[in-house]
Amino acid sequence: MSESVHTVTTLPTERPSGCPFDPPAQLLDARRHGPISRFTHPGGKPGWMITGYDMVRSVLADPRFSSRKDLMNVVDFEIPPAPPGEFLLMDEPEHSRYRKPLVGKFTVRRMRMLTERIEQITADCLDAMEKAGPPTDLVTAFAKPIPTIVICEILGVPYADRASFQEQIDTFMGGEVSDEELIAAYTATQEYLAQLVAAKRAHPTDDVLSELTDSDLTDEELKGISLILLAAGFDTTANMLSLGTFALLQNPDQLAALRADPALTDGAVEELLRYLSVAKTFHRTALEDVELGGRTVKAGTTVVLSYHTANRDPDRFTDPHTLDVRRQAAGHLAFSHGIHQCLGQQLARVEMRVAFRALIDRFPTLRLAVPAEEVVLRPETADIFGVKSLPVTWDKK
Amino acid sequence: MSAPYLSVDRERCIGAGMCAMTAPGMFDQDPDDGLVLLLHAQPPTALRAAAQMAVGVCPSGAITLHEPEPGGLGAEPQRRATGDEDPGGV
Repeated sequence: MSESVHTVTTLPTERPSGCPFDPPAQLLDARRHGPISRFTHPGGKPGWMITGYDMVRSVLADPRFSSRKDLMNVVDFEIPPAPPGEFLLMDEPEHSRYRKPLVGKFTVRRMRMLTERIEQITADCLDAMEKAGPPTDLVTAFAKPIPTIVICEILGVPYADRASFQEQIDTFMGGEVSDEELIAAYTATQEYLAQLVAAKRAHPTDDVLSELTDSDLTDEELKGISLILLAAGFDTTANMLSLGTFALLQNPDQLAALRADPALTDGAVEELLRYLSVAKTFHRTALEDVELGGRTVKAGTTVVLSYHTANRDPDRFTDPHTLDVRRQAAGHLAFSHGIHQCLGQQLARVEMRVAFRALIDRFPTLRLAVPAEEVVLRPETADIFGVKSLPVTWDKK
Repeated sequence: MSAPYLSVDRERCIGAGMCAMTAPGMFDQDPDDGLVLLLHAQPPTALRAAAQMAVGVCPSGAITLHEPEPGGLGAEPQRRATGDEDPGGV
């Protein structure tokens, strides 16, 4: 007789009330029943939800699970393959063809060399905040501009184009706009990137995109790569900075510890990554029948991997729902695992280390300007979790 | 007497930089292709824990720590590098 299988009937849409940093209760409950639960994709197709740390990690390292967009079995209609350059949704060998030329441009050392520049960008944002005076929305004054300027510099977006470019990407990522506006902004961004690639090929400048024109990648592929660097590198870090600040403000003992000891910064960033896991879920599709925890995931079935719940697995992290900036959080899955692990993770780390440090050093009295329950969260259905705005205030010197 | 030693597989490496970040004295990344460079095949005792951690956090299973067998006959990999080892340590 087979043991009954826990079922997550649908994608949970709400976080527990008063706990904006925790995964939805249904997912935590699912993990308590075991690492794998039956699940119905929002498009109606049957699948599995994986919530246990070890199982998420092993699926991510298992070549029997595909990342291909066109194999995703979640809706009744066929999904087209990923456009050229969008290697996140490809398997080998296509994935490596795109990732390989990029790897040398995002190394630990090369990203650390950006520290000083990111400090300057951060200081400019903080100066502007200080000049304008409290209260302010931390999302627009701090969390968005820092990663936007950084990715613009990496792609070599000319200074004059930045404001309009930022507005476009803001609209198509996380902006709550009509479908028409969203498509218009997405198309405009695509067109802009196509022009940018052509410009870099004609007149290379000192940036990653120009360097990439010196490879066998076509303009169409470079456009796709630029789009993925933008999509992966901007919204994620922006939401980590705002939600991370919110989490620190809600855990004053942790904020005080971090403020008192700069040596805790790097570890605190890892812990915030684990605790918040803003890129909450990813999909994989089985290429053959795979046994997982006594269940058979049939070939062609798509599984949802809940990184957020896995990063709260008590079998892996003691007291997982506690934010502890002194914790050894290495091994968290916030940047994924396996061959698709985040290409830009070393950049994200430098941005977060610099920005959190500078923010808490600059404003020792930083606090929410509204009650915590009035902070407006992104809907759980958004790909990247976060806050829509974060009203903060501080005592003027 | 044989001591534990490391090997890396640059074919498997995806250049995430986890090793260079976790055990900078032991690993680096090639400035051109971003892939792993093994600086010391035999981790000094002080760096052994960091080396072990780097094995565990490598996303693609590109690093193997070979522990000598108790009998001392050759050195067999203690952990298979499949990329699914848990780095452990809570």
